[in-house]
Amino acid sequence: MLKIENLHARVEGKDILKGLSLTVNPGEVHAIMGPNGAGKSTLGNVLSGRDGYEVTEGSVIFEGRDLLALEPEERAAAGVFLAFQYPVEIPGVNNTYFLRAALNAQRKQRGEAELDSMQFLKLVREKLKIMQISDELLHRAVNEGFSGGEKKRNEIFQMAVLEPKLAILDETDSGLDIDALKQVAQGVNALRSADRAFLVITHYQRLLDYIEPDFVHVLADGRIVESGDKTLAHKLEEHGYAWVAERDESLAGART
Amino acid sequence: MTSPIGISERSDNSAITLRDNAEVAEALGRRYEAGFVTDIEMTSLPPGLSEDTIRQLSAIKLEPEWMTEWRLKAYRHWLTMPTPDWAKLKLTPIDYQSISYYAAPKAGPKSLAEVDPKLLETYEKLGVPLHERAKLAGVAVDAVFDSVSVGTTFRKELAEAGVIFCSMSEAIREHGELVQQYLGSVVPTGDNYFAALNSAVFSDGSFVFIPKGVRCPMELSTYFRINAINTGQFERTLIVCEDDAYVSYLEGCTAPMRDENQLHAAVVELVALERAQIKYSTVQNWYPGDENGVGGIYNFVTKRGDCRGNDSKISWTQVETGSAITWKYPSCVLRGDRSVGEFYSVALTHHRQQADTGTKMIHIGKGTKSKIVSKGISAGRSSNSYRGLVKIEKGAEGARNHTQCDSLLIGKRCGAHTFPYMEVKNPSAIVEHEATTSKISDDQMFYCRSRGIGEEDAVSMIVDGFCKQVFRELPMEFAVEAKKLLEVSLEGAVG
Repeated sequence: MLKIENLHARVEGKDILKGLSLTVNPGEVHAIMGPNGAGKSTLGNVLSGRDGYEVTEGSVIFEGRDLLALEPEERAAAGVFLAFQYPVEIPGVNNTYFLRAALNAQRKQRGEAELDSMQFLKLVREKLKIMQISDELLHRAVNEGFSGGEKKRNEIFQMAVLEPKLAILDETDSGLDIDALKQVAQGVNALRSADRAFLVITHYQRLLDYIEPDFVHVLADGRIVESGDKTLAHKLEEHGYAWVAERDESLAGART
Repeated sequence: MTSPIGISERSDNSAITLRDNAEVAEALGRRYEAGFVTDIEMTSLPPGLSEDTIRQLSAIKLEPEWMTEWRLKAYRHWLTMPTPDWAKLKLTPIDYQSISYYAAPKAGPKSLAEVDPKLLETYEKLGVPLHERAKLAGVAVDAVFDSVSVGTTFRKELAEAGVIFCSMSEAIREHGELVQQYLGSVVPTGDNYFAALNSAVFSDGSFVFIPKGVRCPMELSTYFRINAINTGQFERTLIVCEDDAYVSYLEGCTAPMRDENQLHAAVVELVALERAQIKYSTVQNWYPGDENGVGGIYNFVTKRGDCRGNDSKISWTQVETGSAITWKYPSCVLRGDRSVGEFYSVALTHHRQQADTGTKMIHIGKGTKSKIVSKGISAGRSSNSYRGLVKIEKGAEGARNHTQCDSLLIGKRCGAHTFPYMEVKNPSAIVEHEATTSKISDDQMFYCRSRGIGEEDAVSMIVDGFCKQVFRELPMEFAVEAKKLLEVSLEGAVG
């Protein structure tokens, strides 16, 4: 589904990703972990096409298409979704209205029929039930005045409605208390399916207690330096990221 | 350069300065002594302004003597007035002698095929039906004021309620006493340069009279949709609500025009007596000129409401997207005790448009209240200024005002300015002012796009959200229209 090869990216003249490679198949959940500054969020932003992220080398193929050649809205329509670390407020724009505009814009790009208000409302009600979210969020402006937890839940709710093929969760756990974390994780788990893949970017292992990954990758200095199953996350939790770095250095030392 | 109402850029000696206006006016008046030209299809006066032209204008309109005198008085006053200080606006001096002050519409394009395709595209986006589009494009020139036909359609129902809704020309002839009683009582003939000019030469407009205790059974509207090249540039509107009466009046100027710079100097007067309420909504989309600032309307309008009675209320709501230059301050004089004035405004400027708009709230009565919500949106190389005055007179015990001015910038080459003036002469008054300036952030854009929404749709969505507070005040159909207008006006604002 997603094949990232030797990806190099630069932000404000600074090299952040330095040869990242990763393959994600449908139905898989990959956790990307790593210390601050390793390039975790950059990866999410590059994949979803944010301005200011310059790809200098490498390729990203998504479902047979060159993802990097697409505009952000085209990537969304192709099925890439980014749950923001800091969801953005859009004052005065109703949450439901926003979501319907987004869904219909995507459907239009895909050549599918747009949903009318009734069809959309029906869809929203179904998703609310799955997410166990009260419809109160729907009547407010997009993220305006939302608490941290509400913002993150709103991201997951958007994901539920938009039904992406590849969902990238950028530090969705940051700033959440344990109850909010559980709710968000429960929402994500409800969306796991054989044809949907997840890239869960996180600093801490605790989110992975609730969203169980198939693979865990450690990102350090712009590259994946270690990959494994979920036990890798526990090792990291125990030893800290320094462990990877030290081991890296000793390996490097052994090589010389 | 055939438009008789044009802003002259001539450099030859026929261009005049204002100082010798009177003299030249007289000379020009003499030169055109032949009077008005009549042919089968149209009646018009040659360009130029003098006492003679005004007399002729008044005669064509079959006006009573008092009206002619009233116009002449205004004209004589106008001659003595200096050119207004242009605030933050840049414009070519206006040559008033190159303007024709009375003319039936000129023949427009013969068919839609001759109409600028860009214009037709705009209508299509606005959802205007095809036959309507033809009218708007100036192909058909019969319906100058839709208000007249609206008035006719519902005339019976309105008459039963005792409501008078007709053109100003008709009102002067049929309801002379009422007009004489109220005309100029809110905006005196000598109020300002353009009001004086309007008083002298106004061509037509609407007159609304709601008698005591009557709630007007329907929303009244005037669509200045097809003001062809020569007409309606100086309309005059007068709305009077007697005790306990109510009216909601909509004014739509939704037809983009394609001409050279044109002067539009209207005067609107509102009078609310005891406990009366007037709600006046405008959606203005005069032709703003092209990307390079060529063409477009100069919109210099005086709009004022007088809350003459106790507990009366006047509410202005405006959405301004058009005009090359807008200079407009709908105001409320809160004379009656506990009277209320409101001003809700969205002003959008793009390309090289300039808008200097705002309101004046003059608190005279005790316990008077005013509320101002102004939303300015600037894109392209435009300049958008809010200029507002809140004045609390000595006797306005316990007066309150709340002003909120928000500016939204799109792009890097536009400007937004806020000039709030406050004069408070009563210590018990509470006057509050809040102002914000924001940009559509890259984060907001990326957020929308990452959800599948394209750039232009994202901008109009964010702008629409920004304007919500004002759109809420508009009647439903107008709110929809206003939203579409903003979308159309913002095209090409990003990228």
